[in-house]
Amino acid sequence: MGRLSVSLCGISLDNPIIPASGCFGYGYEFAEIYDINCLGSFSFKGTTLSPRVGNPTPRIAEARAGLLNAVGLQNPGVDAVITQELPRLREVFHKPVIANVSGFSIDEYVSVCAKLDAQPEIGWLEVNVSCPNVHGGGMSFGVEPQSAAAVTRAVKAVTKKPVILKLSPNVSDIVSIARACEEAGADALSLINTLLSMRIDLNTRRPLLANITGGLSGPAVFPLALRMVWQVSQAVSIPVIGLGGVSSAEDVVEMMLAGAAAVEIGSANLVDPLICPKILQSLPAVMDRYGIENLKDIIGGAHG
Amino acid sequence: MKSCIFTIEKNHDLTERVFALRLVGDTSGIERPGQFAALSVPGFFLRRPFSVCDWDETGLSLVIEQVGEGTRHLRQMAPSTPVDLLCGLGNGFALDRAGERPLLVGGGSGAAPMLGLARRLREQGCAPQIILGFNSREDILLLDDFYRIGLSPTVTTVNGSFGIRGFVTAAMDLPHSFFYACGPEAMLRAVSETSPGDGQMSFDARMGCGFGACMGCTRITRSGPKRVCKDGPVFDKEEIVWDA
Repeated sequence: MGRLSVSLCGISLDNPIIPASGCFGYGYEFAEIYDINCLGSFSFKGTTLSPRVGNPTPRIAEARAGLLNAVGLQNPGVDAVITQELPRLREVFHKPVIANVSGFSIDEYVSVCAKLDAQPEIGWLEVNVSCPNVHGGGMSFGVEPQSAAAVTRAVKAVTKKPVILKLSPNVSDIVSIARACEEAGADALSLINTLLSMRIDLNTRRPLLANITGGLSGPAVFPLALRMVWQVSQAVSIPVIGLGGVSSAEDVVEMMLAGAAAVEIGSANLVDPLICPKILQSLPAVMDRYGIENLKDIIGGAHG
Repeated sequence: MKSCIFTIEKNHDLTERVFALRLVGDTSGIERPGQFAALSVPGFFLRRPFSVCDWDETGLSLVIEQVGEGTRHLRQMAPSTPVDLLCGLGNGFALDRAGERPLLVGGGSGAAPMLGLARRLREQGCAPQIILGFNSREDILLLDDFYRIGLSPTVTTVNGSFGIRGFVTAAMDLPHSFFYACGPEAMLRAVSETSPGDGQMSFDARMGCGFGACMGCTRITRSGPKRVCKDGPVFDKEEIVWDA
């Protein structure tokens, strides 16, 4: 066990660095420029029951320290993920991977999770109840404790794999939703998904995104994500994966001190495809600088 | 794809709105004309994607239209400034489909990748016809660079202030074996509909990453949704759906 190793729901990770869903595809593009087996794991593109082409373009806009996306869950559907993407993924990544799942009904979440449960490459199911970019689905399950708990219970009934609920920050009380998921049997939580946002084009005087609104991510949201990880990790006893604007080894350490058992890296991958190996390379020196022997010892360390 | 630090050798205006950057650095990641590079602009989060105009072993040139704050900032960057670049992005043009007498059509700053393409077609022994379209005489760019490699493009201007009056299609009267085009989407569509034969077109898109990870620049094609950055930016004529 190395200095960077952590454990997530009984599965040990060489390190806590996990590229986030929607920012890493199925890993192939990154495998062209580095060996992605250096990662703890990664969470692949959100999967729905049927293929989806996503929202109209433009569906990307820039922010001062981040970006807005309104991709809208473009994916080939769970059957194509299983027959086409997972066999290719297996060639470039040899550790348990996180399957990110979305749905428009509880039945859809259940069907997708049941199919993915049978796939040996998948270590965890990350259930997204927080996509802000699709209407009548995704986030609507994650904005109330009862519906988040209902999705959790239904999914837990059809899988033996650990279930991670990915939570939305676009709620009045994320702690009550986190607690409801834990009580319903969630094995872990990941937070935060993106923040509902918008931009207006000064030339056209119209919203920049065809979807009008999109989800904000990137360094701009890091302090907010950190605050929510801090609050949620204090309120639950299951592991919390921290994400939201993490882009350096220092951010990783800070997120873990706030209570994160592992850390997902999202937008940073899109502007520097080598960001994860760079973070992994600099982590030992950053740990030395702050007197950290083993990363797992600092989880929640800021809570005193 | 290759991630490298380049250095600005030259940054100069070509027209009122368009400027050219010559960057020195490792170009070994570039395989074909029509590929693009994504520049990191200090102070801006997302990289900016630009078609590679031309390149050699020592560096590359980009022709950039100033359209927003990022390109305005780039225009002011001084020689010897380091720039973080991802290069060799996208698929590029297929040179082996050119045939004996290919037609190259560039509209506005879409003339840029046609220069690198023309040079390589010349090197493989074929004589491309070239049509470059601009709004007016003041917007003409890269013409001398084509002359320098021994090619004489036909120029069209919308207002008739230089060359043939009208759009590029006004000059598309000669037979050609294949066409390659880059420019505004309306021009690509007109070229595609005017040419009786096959061709390839390079498309512009608002991109997130530029290398296929974010699914931000998806375009619907006859074979399903494709990423302009990774599956394109060059698409075959028969693949294109114009009113998706």
